[in-house]
Amino acid sequence: MSMTKSDWQSITLSAVLLAVAACLPLTGDAYMLSIGITIAMYAVLATSWALFSGPTHYISLATAAFFGLGTYTTAIGIENGLNYWVTLPIAAILGAVLAALVGLATLRLSGVYFVIFTLGLAELVRQVVTWGQNVSGQKGLYVLTDITEVHIYWQLLVLAAIVYLTGWAIGRSRLGFALRIIGDDEEVARHSGINTSRAKILLFMVSGATAAVVGSMLAPRYIYIEPALAFTPMLSFLVVIMALLGGTGRLWGPLVGVIPFTLLWEAISASFPNQTTLLLGLSFLVIVYLLPRGFVGLIESGKRKMREREAFA
Amino acid sequence: MKRRNLFGLAAALTVATALSGPLAAQETLKIGAVGPKTGPLAGGGAVTFWPNVQLWANDVNEAGGIDVGGTKMMVEIIEYDDQTNPGETIKAVQRLATQDEADFILAPYGTGLNIASAPIFERYGYPMVTHTAISDQIADLSGKFPNMYFLLGGATGLAGGVVDVLTQMRDAGEIGNSVAMVNVADAFGIELAEAARPQFEAAGFEIVYDSSYPLGTQDLSPVINGARDSNPDAFVAWSYPPDTFGLTEQAQIAGLAPKAFYTAVATAFPSYGARFGAAAEGVLGAGGVFADGDAFKDYAARHEAVTGAKPDFWASAPAYASFQILQQAIEGAGTTDKAAVAEFIAKNDFDTIIGPITWDENNSNAKYWTVGQWQGGVFKGVASTGRDGAVAAMPKTGWE
Repeated sequence: MSMTKSDWQSITLSAVLLAVAACLPLTGDAYMLSIGITIAMYAVLATSWALFSGPTHYISLATAAFFGLGTYTTAIGIENGLNYWVTLPIAAILGAVLAALVGLATLRLSGVYFVIFTLGLAELVRQVVTWGQNVSGQKGLYVLTDITEVHIYWQLLVLAAIVYLTGWAIGRSRLGFALRIIGDDEEVARHSGINTSRAKILLFMVSGATAAVVGSMLAPRYIYIEPALAFTPMLSFLVVIMALLGGTGRLWGPLVGVIPFTLLWEAISASFPNQTTLLLGLSFLVIVYLLPRGFVGLIESGKRKMREREAFA
Repeated sequence: MKRRNLFGLAAALTVATALSGPLAAQETLKIGAVGPKTGPLAGGGAVTFWPNVQLWANDVNEAGGIDVGGTKMMVEIIEYDDQTNPGETIKAVQRLATQDEADFILAPYGTGLNIASAPIFERYGYPMVTHTAISDQIADLSGKFPNMYFLLGGATGLAGGVVDVLTQMRDAGEIGNSVAMVNVADAFGIELAEAARPQFEAAGFEIVYDSSYPLGTQDLSPVINGARDSNPDAFVAWSYPPDTFGLTEQAQIAGLAPKAFYTAVATAFPSYGARFGAAAEGVLGAGGVFADGDAFKDYAARHEAVTGAKPDFWASAPAYASFQILQQAIEGAGTTDKAAVAEFIAKNDFDTIIGPITWDENNSNAKYWTVGQWQGGVFKGVASTGRDGAVAAMPKTGWE
């Protein structure tokens, strides 16, 4: 891999932005920090979701399954005397394994069948956990640690950096190229000798492992972990909406959706606490009718128009 | 001329508003309330939590406000929906603390949401008197969050109450020795079943049927048929609101009519009595209140008058009582200083609509209702861990 000048520029810019974001806790404003955590959490989830779903156009609603898996890994790990930091890689591995199993079973499905299966997956994992609790007689788990919101925020930022680097590396690799071809036409990809299942499963594993680690990192914040809270389907939907709102065509696309959506969600929650569901529905409509390619599409067509105007001038 | 008058009026109004603004602000106590209005817990919140917030604010303001060191202060409630999502509860409490600068915050609704927001209450020094948090880790939690208090009791006590009631009925010769027990396979149902099993065995009962069903099960006939075929003397279901109704319905259809019939959460809801009418007579359930006491009767009448709905016979009154404790502590401390109010709560006993409250070594109310029974259209407390006013449980005589 050789690096061009513009690669270095974007990496430097990203590093600077990340460093600025990392300074948020220094303002000492705990309210801003709690919004910052939400943004960082959804940024990581939406970006890792888009790594897989962006190029392949497979809409996955399984985020909650991986997230919950990570949450439970940390909760059970800590209860059995494991160090918190050890539970993060375990969650990543479990998330990747689950994604691989699911991928092997389902990525031959496409379109709506895949969507429905992934939605069912979160419910399946949740029922399995509940069944485990019923058999063992253990209910909600407590994650009592000394980890504060600042720590969680910084951890999420580090994870975000890793996700962006991974996404960038994949985009430049043969795997990324293969995925783009799959997204355009899976038949063609297969005829060109691409092992489409392998490519899709690999990406799905990256996405699943990331969501699991996010769940692990959030466990100390929730303290009390029970299936209904850890596997909430709402999480999967929010991630998809934010990612599509931003646009999945670019690595930075989901972030452009996450930030305005989270701030708007916060403003609505604060001013019209009874209307959050309405906002969700409206966002869906906006994406479908006005922004099929998200904010990314909007920005890029704006750029193109500017260029055209310059050409005429 | 006319225009100048208008300007003058506007100017005067501006000055008046500017003057009255800060004055009015000083006479109002900002109280935050966070609870589910959407999501899985919205139904329970709508019965138990939100009406009591409304009633308490109404009661306080009608009485002229809270007496803070000689100044009467009205309360203003700032409500947020947490969507039954701990992340949102945390954000909403954070927002109340830093953006709205709430003077006090009422404890949220539900075990998980209370515990998730406990660190934020702790960080800003808000006292947190929980009304709907049921936990077997109260010692750990109160150790980590010293300002956290518990009113509703724990699973071991709730299960123990049922065992006690059935033991008394057996000793009185009203029922025999066999128990059919089922539970919903979710957190609270599992915890209660787990707590009950050894206690039933220790009390000499024989569990002739022991089964569970997943949360959200629509068809409960296999569970009820299995229980009926075991021909039990008592039926005990550690159930949640939808299945409490479903099991009762199915038991009538299948002809499961033991002398003791118990369903857990939501049996104490007024909607249970309304739905089953005379058939509800004799049904045992989780919770209970001193339903014949004047304090509860008076509270129930005000609840209905102000909110248009009846309170439930379990957590409603403790929810209101938790707000009363906060109010009495503010008045007792004579200040809105959170640390002073928290200290007052820790060091004092309180007299509430559910009776006197004293804290044990874990900041928990050790005396709570465990079992109630529908008797004459009212759900009356039949067992508690030390509350006054329990009536004797009576055997159920069929579903008519």
